[in-house]
Amino acid sequence: MTSGRRRVPYLLLAPGLLWLAIFFVLPLFFMGIIAVEEGSLEEGFSLTWRFANFTDSISRFDTQFVRSFIYAGIATALCLVIAYPLAYAIAFKAGRWKNALLLAVIAPFFTTYLIRTLAWQTILFDNSPIVDALKFVGAVPDDGRVLDTTGSVIAGLTYNFLPFMILPIYASLEQMDRRLIEAGRDLYSSARTTFLKVTLPISMPGVIAGTLLTFIPAVGDYINADLLGSSNQAMIGNVVQGQYLDIKDYPIAAALSFVLMAMILVVVAVYIKFAGSEALMGDEEERGAA
Amino acid sequence: MSWLRRNAVMVVGGLIVAYMLIPIFVVALFSFNDPDGKFNFTWNGFTLDYWKDAFAISQLNDALLTSLELALLSTAIATALGTLIALALVRHQFFGRRAANLLIVIPMATPEVVIGASLLSLFVYFQVATGFTTLLIAHVMFTISFVVVVVRSRLIGFDSSLEEAARDLGATPLTTFRTITLPLLTPGLLAAALLAFALSIDDFVISNFNSGSTETFPLFIYGATQRGVPVQVNVLATMLFLLTLVAMILTIVQQRRAEKLAAIRPDAR
Repeated sequence: MTSGRRRVPYLLLAPGLLWLAIFFVLPLFFMGIIAVEEGSLEEGFSLTWRFANFTDSISRFDTQFVRSFIYAGIATALCLVIAYPLAYAIAFKAGRWKNALLLAVIAPFFTTYLIRTLAWQTILFDNSPIVDALKFVGAVPDDGRVLDTTGSVIAGLTYNFLPFMILPIYASLEQMDRRLIEAGRDLYSSARTTFLKVTLPISMPGVIAGTLLTFIPAVGDYINADLLGSSNQAMIGNVVQGQYLDIKDYPIAAALSFVLMAMILVVVAVYIKFAGSEALMGDEEERGAA
Repeated sequence: MSWLRRNAVMVVGGLIVAYMLIPIFVVALFSFNDPDGKFNFTWNGFTLDYWKDAFAISQLNDALLTSLELALLSTAIATALGTLIALALVRHQFFGRRAANLLIVIPMATPEVVIGASLLSLFVYFQVATGFTTLLIAHVMFTISFVVVVVRSRLIGFDSSLEEAARDLGATPLTTFRTITLPLLTPGLLAAALLAFALSIDDFVISNFNSGSTETFPLFIYGATQRGVPVQVNVLATMLFLLTLVAMILTIVQQRRAEKLAAIRPDAR
């Protein structure tokens, strides 16, 4: 091996990783600096190492923080309940319909995120056929609304992030060795026991990856709260956007983003500790190195 | 009843798929609506007017063109950079590979609002005016990781005996790359580019932070939600949906053909 050959991987990596370093890592660093600055847009901001910005941002917007985590948690749970049967059906029962069903799962991505959410605004609008039907069966009071409620925001989050749950679960079920199920049957275990003791554990990496891929973007989301909710459903993303782009209180906005990221990292770390890390980095690393 | 029991999983699956497709159906349906006021929320009557005047709103056309331009440019750059990274990760052993992997995974695990806000922090700190260039920087940044993941998964299942054969027959590394590696990698590159394109043209959150006065398709729609979204948005969204669907089906067909060709080749073992 010559020294030139050893330089090859670094030359391949350099342009892309530099781009990520300059436009992803560096921005986080400067967001950290702005987060401890003080001042106003008119008078300018100056670096005073005001760490109280972090505690201030939490105490001022604690409602939205708590709300974001609750909404995202419920939406993730709903996604899991909806996604697992579908992923199972596509992996094991679909036969020649498999590709068509997979296409249907990613079809929502072919329209803009905003437009999909606006479509739900149309569907859940006052006196739409669906809302009338819900009123008729008594699920919604006659003078009640569906739009601008907690339910509509969580429903929107669930819908928009569903494919992120379906695809990883499908991938883990698809590559499973079917002979394991047969073996379970041969050993006289019931269909239920085989599912609980064989299929479910094997699909856990997919479930873990899916919950993370759903939960993380859902916590930071503000489109659903914006279009399907009112100010009573505002999430932390709405606050960050408002502080950054409308009020232009950059230090508070930066501190908020940092706290949000830190909270997500803590939740993810705890989750991975309990659920195992293979799904995220571990096995991919090994496969990549193989 | 026994039919339902046997096919319960497929019935549930079918219902869920229907649920996933409902909003798309509604978007397409309301592109034929003749709304009563500025808000296209309730069905008022069938018309083809807005399909005939699909490109009647120049601000919307400009936004769509900006989005297409942005998506094409960022896809080209991100696919090139991401493919190089994937090649390094799969083909080479080197010091720092864990750190490189981490740098690629973390952006995908960061909420968009944090990416958008931190990039704006950088531009605010250095007093860079936001506009098309900053949008391009942002879009390349958040699509690179996805390109790496897709191309890497293709490279892992890659038969390297063909490349070895080419080199044994005296081809230079560059010729081998151009005549063997690249053609075999094309389906993976196509899939990665398609994903990058879709992510770019769909992005609202990160763009909203870094657009300045430049308006993309999603930014136009967001601006219009306050004063009533024109029906043309539904028309263009339906067109885009159909175009993407066709592109997707063509990619699948192309991949199938590539797989068939690969199957014809006698196995080395």
